[in-house]
Amino acid sequence: MRVLAAMSGGVDSAVAAARAVEAGHDVVGVHLALSRMPGTLRTGSRGCCTIEDSRDAWRACDVLGIPYYVWDFSERFKEDVVQDFIDEYAAGRTPNPCMRCNERIKFAALLEKAIALGFDAVCTGHYAKVIQDQDGNPELHRAADWAKDQSYVLGVLTHEQLKHSMFPLAETPSKAEVRAEAERRGLSVANKPDSHDICFIPDGDTAGWLAEKIDMTTGDIVDETGSKVGEHPGANAFTVGQRRGLKLGTPAADGKPRFVLEIRPKENKVIVGPEALLAMDEIRGIKVSWAGLPISEVASGQEFDCFAQVRAHGDPVPATAHMEPLDGAAPTLVVRLLEPLRGVAPGQTVVLYQGTRVLGQATIDTARSLQRTDVQGR
Amino acid sequence: MSVYLDHAATTSLAPAALAALTRELTRTGNPSSLHSAGRRARRSVEDAREILAAAAGAHPSEVIFTSGGTEADNLAVKGLFWSRREAVPQRTRILCSAVEHHAVLDTVEWLERHEGADVTWLPVDAEGLVSVAALEQELAREPENIALVTVMWANNEVGTIQPIQRIVELAHAVGVPVHSDAVQAFGSLPISFRESGLDAMAVSGHKIGGPVGVGALFLGRAVTLTPVQHGGGQERDVRSGTLDTASIVAFAAAAQAAVENLDVETVRVSALRDRLIAGVLEAVPAAVLRGAEGTGRLPGNAHFTFPGCEGDSLLFLLDLVGIESSTGSACTAGVPRPSHVLLAAGLDEDTARGAQRFSLGHSSTDADVDTLLAELPAAYGRARGAGMAGHESSIQTAGTIARRGL
Repeated sequence: MRVLAAMSGGVDSAVAAARAVEAGHDVVGVHLALSRMPGTLRTGSRGCCTIEDSRDAWRACDVLGIPYYVWDFSERFKEDVVQDFIDEYAAGRTPNPCMRCNERIKFAALLEKAIALGFDAVCTGHYAKVIQDQDGNPELHRAADWAKDQSYVLGVLTHEQLKHSMFPLAETPSKAEVRAEAERRGLSVANKPDSHDICFIPDGDTAGWLAEKIDMTTGDIVDETGSKVGEHPGANAFTVGQRRGLKLGTPAADGKPRFVLEIRPKENKVIVGPEALLAMDEIRGIKVSWAGLPISEVASGQEFDCFAQVRAHGDPVPATAHMEPLDGAAPTLVVRLLEPLRGVAPGQTVVLYQGTRVLGQATIDTARSLQRTDVQGR
Repeated sequence: MSVYLDHAATTSLAPAALAALTRELTRTGNPSSLHSAGRRARRSVEDAREILAAAAGAHPSEVIFTSGGTEADNLAVKGLFWSRREAVPQRTRILCSAVEHHAVLDTVEWLERHEGADVTWLPVDAEGLVSVAALEQELAREPENIALVTVMWANNEVGTIQPIQRIVELAHAVGVPVHSDAVQAFGSLPISFRESGLDAMAVSGHKIGGPVGVGALFLGRAVTLTPVQHGGGQERDVRSGTLDTASIVAFAAAAQAAVENLDVETVRVSALRDRLIAGVLEAVPAAVLRGAEGTGRLPGNAHFTFPGCEGDSLLFLLDLVGIESSTGSACTAGVPRPSHVLLAAGLDEDTARGAQRFSLGHSSTDADVDTLLAELPAAYGRARGAGMAGHESSIQTAGTIARRGL
């Protein structure tokens, strides 16, 4: 196969590319330029598209003896990931930009260009597994190492995207193993620190970054009964589940800490309340997609058992789910959580699993706590 | 076997240069030392200086050896600006063509940002030829406050040759010195520093078959420059630093060979280029030749824009079949940007992004051109299929499914 290895400059993608080469594929390394003004050097663990990262990717390709190119996706990245991130926060939701990048950049813009230029697949250093069912249809599964498993951020991939995806790190027992392998292969990135945080916010100050881009207007912080308990400098910088930085003037009746339960951008209000009310029992999701072919219950609208995960490294909880048809609109995914989940924010993604298999995902539109008696949602 | 069509980026070492380089590398001696080893090295440098001067129609004392074209351009532009401003404090204007190489462009921008230079970018026409009318107009306005004019001899991307002699006449008529970046022109066109009347002219070793890391600034005897680099006072006290004897000698040998063969090579390479241009336009009728026609461009330069595709897709596909070409413009960390030269020539960004430069040199053959012409149509078809960066992909994603309400 002709394989395009997406090379971030990190150790995972370098080892993934090495394994693709070793498997006998015809591999070309490509680094994605996601910013027109890349920083020169990495500082700490942040950022992922500095010139230094590009050079690290280049050196890895030298060692592997494969060609290396830089492709510019900065325009699409700005529109599909960065602007989407801003818009979602402005609408009071909490987006996952890495997921959006996988959905729209790595496995869409990049994949499409790769196919057009004659490649069969895009290979990345994600810890996840693609297997074929007996008819050759792709299924997405968790990686062997559950601690490093990244199937959650790939849960957004569709059948067409998975058909052309290759994750050579699927069976790796641990990250340490990958580093050791990089060392053995003479890859200089063997000990490079992992990337964390959001690559386009280099100093990690998401609230400060957003404040420059979203109009912030002071407004009220109210408790779950509707009483004003404080003021905020702008509702959009808050995240559901947040406890710090609320600066509440009025203490709670029970004296316990309060958490952000909900953000209502239209009313410019932040709703706070006790921790217990953060536990959600039901999630309704929109923009539903299935990772490969949907299971049969999806089409029939039947309820099915599954596990639901709402964060990249959150624990999955048992749930039942079904598709609820809506007149004149795409059907909604309704997920009943058998163990309530904390801090579920609209805009986040819920990924459904059966065993190791990823069924699909949806963007959380609303989440409901059965303990809350006031009106929830927008 | 690869087909190398990027001689404008660099070209292989000439046999005479290789011989000179290896001979000098086995010897020792600092040309500034007074003992016999030093004197021997000094003699090699001075022989090279005479050879290079003769090859460029200059006096040996007008040769300032540098580490390459970029340093020579920096030295000329900054050095002239500083020394001319020192003489007259309000003399801060720079007239610079809009299509300069980054070695000049970025130097001028740096002076604008950090030294208060007042820069006028001289416009070019659709072929990349600088507007003499615009230059005349600018020269007529407070000429006493103009520090320098800088216009390249021939453009590195589209190959257009500039009217240097005319530019010098006009500038000198109002007492303004002229610098020219002749990195692409030297060794490809007949060049006489003396006849051009230029005050400063930059050339580079590795573009003409010499080693990388050596170049020269030709500097008129009466021209004073403020040095950029300070130290031991070598090279007329303008460019300090121990002279790189081996590279200098090899550079001079390459220059001598290039100039000796210039007439024959010009005819041969121009004919090859004309065949390449005609062949490309026939194989890909949508392609558009950029830069001047015929004798108005460098003998080895062919530059096109290919509509509807990214230059880097085309480069990638050609590279895959062993053809080495260039998008023509510089890039930082490999991020391709539309060429400032093409934008200055009036192209829109999308058109400019489809650029591809094929540059021929001493080792180019008919077979190279044949291979390109055979592979180009398929590569172009595929690159066009991949389209322009920035469009939304047609791959089915969660987002597109949701929008269609499936």
